[in-house]
Parts: sequence; structure tokens; C-alpha cells
Amino acid sequence: MHFPILSVIVFTPVSAALLILLYKPDQKKAVRITALVTAGLVLLLSTIVYFSYDKAVAGYQFVEKYSWMPFLGISLHFGVDGLSAPLLLLTGIVMLTGVMISWGIEDRPREFFTFLFFLASGVLGVFASLDLFMLFFFYEIAVFPMYLLISIWGWVKTREYAAMKLTLYLFIGSVIALVGALAMYWQSGLHTFDMLVLERANFPATFQNVWFPFVFVGFAVLGGLFPFHNWSPDGHVAAPTAVSMFHAGVLMKLGAFAALRVGIMLLPEGAKTWQWVIMGLALVNIVYGALIASVQTDFKYVIGFSSVSHMGLVMLGFATLTREGLTGAGVQMFSHGVMTALFFAAVGMVYDRAHTRDIPKLGGMVGPLPMVAVGVIIASLVSMGMPGFSGFIAEFPIFMGVWKTQWVVAVVAAVSIVITASYVLLVVRRVFFGKMPAELEGHIRPINTFDKISLVLLCTIMVGLGLFPSLMVPWIQTGVQHVLSLLGGA
Amino acid sequence: MSSIRSILPEILLLALAIIVLILDPFLGEARRRLVLGWVTAGGLLAIFAVCLLAGRPGTPLFVYGGMLRFDWLAFLFELFFLFSAAISALFFMDIERVNRRAEAYLLLLAATLGMSLMAASADLIMLYLAIETTSIPLYLLGGFLTQDEKSTESGFKYLLFGALTTTVMLYGFSLIYGFTGTTSLYALNLHFNQFDALSVGVFFLVLAGLAFKVSLFPFQFWAPDVYEGAPTPVAGFLSTASKAAGFVVILRLFVVAFPAISANWTTVLAVLAALTMTVGNLIALTQKNIKRLLAYSSIAHAGYAMIGVVAFSQLGASSTIFYLIAYILTNLAAFGIVAAFGRVAGSDEISAYRGLSRRNSTLALGMLVSFLSLAGMPPFGGFVAKVLVFSAAIQNGYIWLAVVGVLNSIVGLYYYLNVLKVVYLYRMEGEDEEHHPVVLSRPYVISLTLLMIGIVLVGVLFAPWFNLAQRAALNLF
Repeated sequence: MHFPILSVIVFTPVSAALLILLYKPDQKKAVRITALVTAGLVLLLSTIVYFSYDKAVAGYQFVEKYSWMPFLGISLHFGVDGLSAPLLLLTGIVMLTGVMISWGIEDRPREFFTFLFFLASGVLGVFASLDLFMLFFFYEIAVFPMYLLISIWGWVKTREYAAMKLTLYLFIGSVIALVGALAMYWQSGLHTFDMLVLERANFPATFQNVWFPFVFVGFAVLGGLFPFHNWSPDGHVAAPTAVSMFHAGVLMKLGAFAALRVGIMLLPEGAKTWQWVIMGLALVNIVYGALIASVQTDFKYVIGFSSVSHMGLVMLGFATLTREGLTGAGVQMFSHGVMTALFFAAVGMVYDRAHTRDIPKLGGMVGPLPMVAVGVIIASLVSMGMPGFSGFIAEFPIFMGVWKTQWVVAVVAAVSIVITASYVLLVVRRVFFGKMPAELEGHIRPINTFDKISLVLLCTIMVGLGLFPSLMVPWIQTGVQHVLSLLGGA
Repeated sequence: MSSIRSILPEILLLALAIIVLILDPFLGEARRRLVLGWVTAGGLLAIFAVCLLAGRPGTPLFVYGGMLRFDWLAFLFELFFLFSAAISALFFMDIERVNRRAEAYLLLLAATLGMSLMAASADLIMLYLAIETTSIPLYLLGGFLTQDEKSTESGFKYLLFGALTTTVMLYGFSLIYGFTGTTSLYALNLHFNQFDALSVGVFFLVLAGLAFKVSLFPFQFWAPDVYEGAPTPVAGFLSTASKAAGFVVILRLFVVAFPAISANWTTVLAVLAALTMTVGNLIALTQKNIKRLLAYSSIAHAGYAMIGVVAFSQLGASSTIFYLIAYILTNLAAFGIVAAFGRVAGSDEISAYRGLSRRNSTLALGMLVSFLSLAGMPPFGGFVAKVLVFSAAIQNGYIWLAVVGVLNSIVGLYYYLNVLKVVYLYRMEGEDEEHHPVVLSRPYVISLTLLMIGIVLVGVLFAPWFNLAQRAALNLF
């Protein structure tokens, strides 16, 4: 029996959360240091998992299985493949940067980090779970703390509304998917929630066609799929910075990942039937999200809608059901996670200083905040899919896959790149260049060391991945190979 | 020997009640609260432990001329009742005008005794006596605060509704005897083995009495008024132990005595379950008083638990029992917190909970845990319980019922969150929470800690609890 590294990763944040609860409410410094150490540990362990994943062997690795409820075939079953390993790493990265950026939270930091780490454990648990029941278990744990994080520490104007909206949307999605999952359980007659077994259950085609939309869309709600994306920009905007980073950076991937793992991988025939519907919806996501983003005047809403648009690309990649499309979608999940985490971190830094996110009221930020400006420019280039950055590695294969499936879709989706380029560049110019409004002059403090470390870390990853795609693509390809084998050859 | 062992909890309960009575005149005013409370709660926990160690049943056994059946189903529910009574006794200790009165503890013990007999009854006469032994002390407890108009109203309402529905049920029982000539539950399935007008009529007459006990639609009207007026720990006891007692009878009666009818009428029961959930949840949305909110939520939970009964399978019965385990722990915790807070704040309005997380962050966390468990969120007991009942429904083809349940849990989440929002987000008037701390007394600290541990244990390590539930359900099929 090898060292149970995945269990350690999944349960470290929640253990830390319980430890933090034992501190007194005014031991704020101790709380922050514990949080930082925990996040660092999770990142370290997930990096170890990522780099020691054996691509030559492929398949599920670091597998652990503990029988949990034998009568119903529920087990605590962890394992990573080439698709989930990068997402674990992503969670580690976002966790560490998120904690560093939340250093300055003064209102009940003890509760803040407790809820944040519960969420983190849930997220990690979903990425690592190979048991359908446990996947739901962790999924709900990941969704719920959002409500408190947004409603307590969020933006005063919209937080109550946004938090409730987000929670109800996601909860509705997940319980609908749950009904689908229970139907799969009984239909298979195998008396197990083990996804490795259910993958080979060969559900009848009618069953798959009936239940696929429930399961896929149920999860895709969290992935921001049109027309169920409405919670997402409101949620992003209302959330405090670290939570927006988690939310757009990791949580939306959770939806997409679960839609792939449970929807497409367990019900492949259903996926083939509904392929065109998903593709159509994803296309709307991409173009509509980009168009809405381009007319926003609130910096954070721009990023919020751009997330909807970019998650559309992930869904589009899934919908192609081709090697290229799925590989691109896999990379896009990671790349977008890092990119959007950086965007939200930068928005937070600007907002904390200027106390406004209204783009016309901002300007000339490059002077006092040069590193933030560089970070945002790099993230913008990533979001446009510029070669040399991680976005290109992600988007190019997606478009190849889409072209192979249906070239018209590829052409329409490509329009979104132009729209994206126009709005991100416009935002960069208005916020960071030009003349700073007089009332902000002299009020913009420089960012602190933790902020700088976060920005540098996130930028390095995006550029590094852009220059050396071999650091991620081979991993994704082994995962995609498995998905394709479930889809029947190809 | 085994016939003594089979009524061990009842014997010990009676002994404890006598001890409480004897102690009463010898206690001075200063020590009454402590001695009475700790003796009752400690005694109940001791009985719990003794029964667990020495009173476990083997193969199901009819004792006392077939009046009682000594099996795991009865035993497990007896443990539930003992546990909830012990916790309720701890809650009693800080309720003014209840905590120094030996009668309150005595009535609690008498009701527990009745419930234990309900769980074990295998005969209609025994069952009826047991139900009455349970109900009469509960009527009294509901109206225990005689100076308080709401409490007297609560006790009186409970009495009227209870008397009416029990009479209807008794009429059903007498018809059963008239047509079959037997009162033994386990002999009835020979007579009611086909689906005809007579069986259906009898079935509904009996259902009325039990539906009242578990507050199933359309017999749910009494619950909010009674819970609101009764002393809070009594409301907690009514909504957990008393409801569980109703469910154990429903399980035994429908599965054992009316198998043929139940199989045909599950659709009707399914509709009742769906209506119960929906009515409870929808009305809960508009509540301003936390006790009324919990009353409507407990109506809704009866509907969820009913889903397992409707499934009419071994998994269904096990999941109903598991649901009750999670629900008893959670709802006791919720009512305990309300009692603890109401004592300090002097109000049960939801708006009084503003700023609670700053006044006592641990109590707020307890509220978070119990409300999330009620809403069915992991890693708390409510989540697994809900998944199990939905799963049982889907297994038996009631997909629509699972969908109704799922939609209802969304509504539930909404109003539970609204309470948590007040607790965590809003601030007291004047924003000076640090000058209004909420201090918990020792009985509350102990009982709430026990309950929190229980909620998390049931939610995380669910297999052992499910095995218990399954073992009890095996005695039915």
C-alpha cells in the first residue's frame, strides 16, 4: 500500500478548517499563518502528484479504495487520471494565491478561512473521486460554503441576492444530476457507485438518451452553460476577491469536469445523441458571453462574462467528442483557471485602492501598480489565445476539433476571439493607461509582497505553459484517450 | 428470563420515574433543578447503556401472550426514545417554570415508556394502550406553562386533535376485530390479504390516527400551533421522539398487517408524502417565528421519511429508519439551540437572531450545522438520509416522487438559508453585539455537543448506522 497521498490532499484543508475553529476569534494572525501553511502544503502535494503521474502507464493512478457502505456499494475511492491531475494542481495554485490575497481580511477571518477550506476540500474531493456517491458528497460540500462566503464577505450592494441566486441554481443543478445518478445506479443492476465499473455498464441507448441531458446539464449549470449561466457573473461580482478566484478559477471547472466524468463518460451514447444541442448551447455561451462582456462598464462584470464565454469553449471542446476538442478543453480548464484567477486578483487589487470598479472612473493605474498592469496584460493575451501563452495551447486544438466536426461552428466561434480581443484590450487601455482621474491621484498604495508573489506565480504558469506545452498536453492526452475509448474507438 | 429482558427499558423507566417521585419532596428549592435534571437525564442515559449492553434481542420473539414483539425494530426505536428523552431532560433544566417541577420530568418519562411500548406492540389492544400512555403525558407537557396562554392553548389543541384522530383509529381497530376476530397484528395479514372496499376503509381509519402522530397531510394542522405554544424542549421532543414512534407503528402495521393493501395503495401514500413535503415546505417559506418554521419543516421531513415507507421494500424501510436517526439528532439540536437562545433573547422571532454569530460564534456554528443537516447538505446526516430515501423511491419506480422530493429540498434550502443569513449577516440594532453575549449553561453545552458529534458521525461514517437500520428493517420483511 502506497502513501495515501490523495486522501491527504483532500482532507488537509478540512482538517485545517477544524483546527482554525479552535483558535479564538481574535487570533487573526495565527489563523492566517495556518491557512497559508495549509495551502502551501496542498500545492506541494498536488505538484508531487502531478509530476509523478506516469504518462506511459496512463489510466487511474494513486488509487485508494476504502469500503464505506458495502451494502450499497459506496466506497471512498480516489484516483487521478490525465484530466484530473492538472485540475488538482490548479486547485492548489488557486488556493495558495487565494489565501495570500485574502491576507487583509479583517472581518471574522477565522470563519472566512474555515468556509474557504471546506470548499477547497470539496473541490479536491470531486476531482479525485472515482465513486459516484462520493463525487456528489464532495460536490455539495464545494457548493454550499459559497453562500456564506459571498453573503458575509461579499460586495454589500448585491451579495444577498447573488449568493442566494448562485446557491439555488447550483443546488438545483446538482440534485437533478443526483436523480440521474441514482437512476444509473439502479439501471446498471451492479449495486455499485464505482465509476470505473459503471463506465463499462453499457446502459441501453434509450436510457442514456433520456438521462444524459439531466446529468450533463445538471452539472454544466456550475460550468456556466447557457441558458443556466445567469448566476455566474452576479456571483463573481458579489464575491470577495479570493472567492471570485476560487469560483471562476476552480468551481466552474468542477461543473465542467463532473459533466464530462459523469455525463459523457458514463453515458457516451447519450452524449453522441445530444452532441449538437450541447454544441449549440456552447456556441451561444461563447459569442453571447463575449458580446455582453464587451458592453459592461464594471471591470468585474467584464471578467465575469468573459468567464462565461471561455467556459463555453470548454463545453464546445467536450461537444466535439474528438481527440483534439477534448484535449483543448482539458488544457482550457487549467489555463482559464489560472488566467481568471489572475484577472480577479487584479480587479480586487485595483478595487481595494480605487474603491470603484467603474471603468470610466479608472485610468493610469500602470503608474502606481506596474506589476498588476503586466499581469493583466499577460492574462489578456492568454484570453485572446495568443501564441506563446497557455490560451493558445488550449484554444487552437478546440477549434481544430470543432472544424473537424462542423466547420460552420468553428467559424462562428472564432468571431468571439475578435470580440474578446477588442474588449480586453479596451479595458486594459482604459484602466491602466491614459490619465488617472484627479480624485484617485496619490491614493493608490503599492501592492504588498504577497500580492506580488501571487501575480508572479500565476503569470509564470501561463507563460511557461505557453512556451512548453509538453508540460501539460501529454497528461491531458492520456486522459482523453480513455474518454475516446469509452466513446467507442476513434 | 428473556421475557424480563424484553421489557427491560420499560421496567427501568418505571423505576426511574419512581425515583424521581420519591426524591421530589426531599429536595430544597435551591437544588431541585440540578438534582431532578441530572437524575433524569443521567438515569435515561444509564438505561440507554444498560439496554445496549444487556437488553439486545436475538431472534424475534413474541412475549406476554403475543402482546409485544421483542425484535431489533422495537429495540432500535426504544434506544431512539431513550436518547431523545435524555437530551430533552437536559433541555428542560433551563426552562423556567419547568425545570423545578418533578411532574415535568415524570411526564417525560411516562411518555417515553408509552413510546417504547408502541415500538414493540404486536397487538391492537396493546398498541392502543401504548398510544394513549404516550399521548396523555404529552398533552400535559404541551400545556405545562399554565400561566402562559399560548402554552395552554397548545396543550388543549393537541388534546382535541389527538382525541379526535385516536377515536377514529380506535373505530378502525374495533372494525378490524369485528371482521377478523383477532387483535394480533401478525395474524391480520391472513384476513386482509386482498384488496377490497372493507380493507381500504379500515386502512384509512387506522391511517388517520397515525398520520396525526407523524403530522402527515392532511393531519398536520395542529403542529405549528402546538410547537409554538409548548415549552421549546417539549416541542423538540414532540417533533422527534413522538414522530419516530408514529413511524415505527406505521412501518409495522402497513408492512406486517396490511401487505396486500399497502402494495396497492402505495400510490395514495406517495401522493400523501408528496403533499406533506410540499405543504410543509411552502408554508415554512412565510414564517417569521423560528418555532413555527421548524414545525413546518418537521412536517416536510415527515414527508421525506414517508418516501421510504412508500417504496415498500427492505431498502425503503431501512432508509426511513436511517432518515429518522439523522432527523432526530438534527431536529433535537435545532430545538435545543432555539431553547437556549430563546432563554437569553426572550423571543422566538427569526429577526431576534440578528448578530448571533458575533454574540456566540459557537452557537451560530451549531445552528449552521443543524440547519444544513435539515437542508440535506453533506457532510451532515441529512444528506445521506435524503439520498437513501430518494434512492429507495427510484429503485421502486417512483421517479416522480424522488423528483418532488428533490424540488422540495431546494425550497427547504431556501428558507434554512434565510435563517442562517440573519444569524451570520445581519447585525443587532446598535451593532454592539459584544455587550450582548449569549451564554450557554452546562446542560446545553453537553447536550448540544453530543448532538453535533452525532450529526457529523451519521453524515460521514454512515455504514454502521445504516447496518443498524437495516437489521431493524429485516424484522419486517
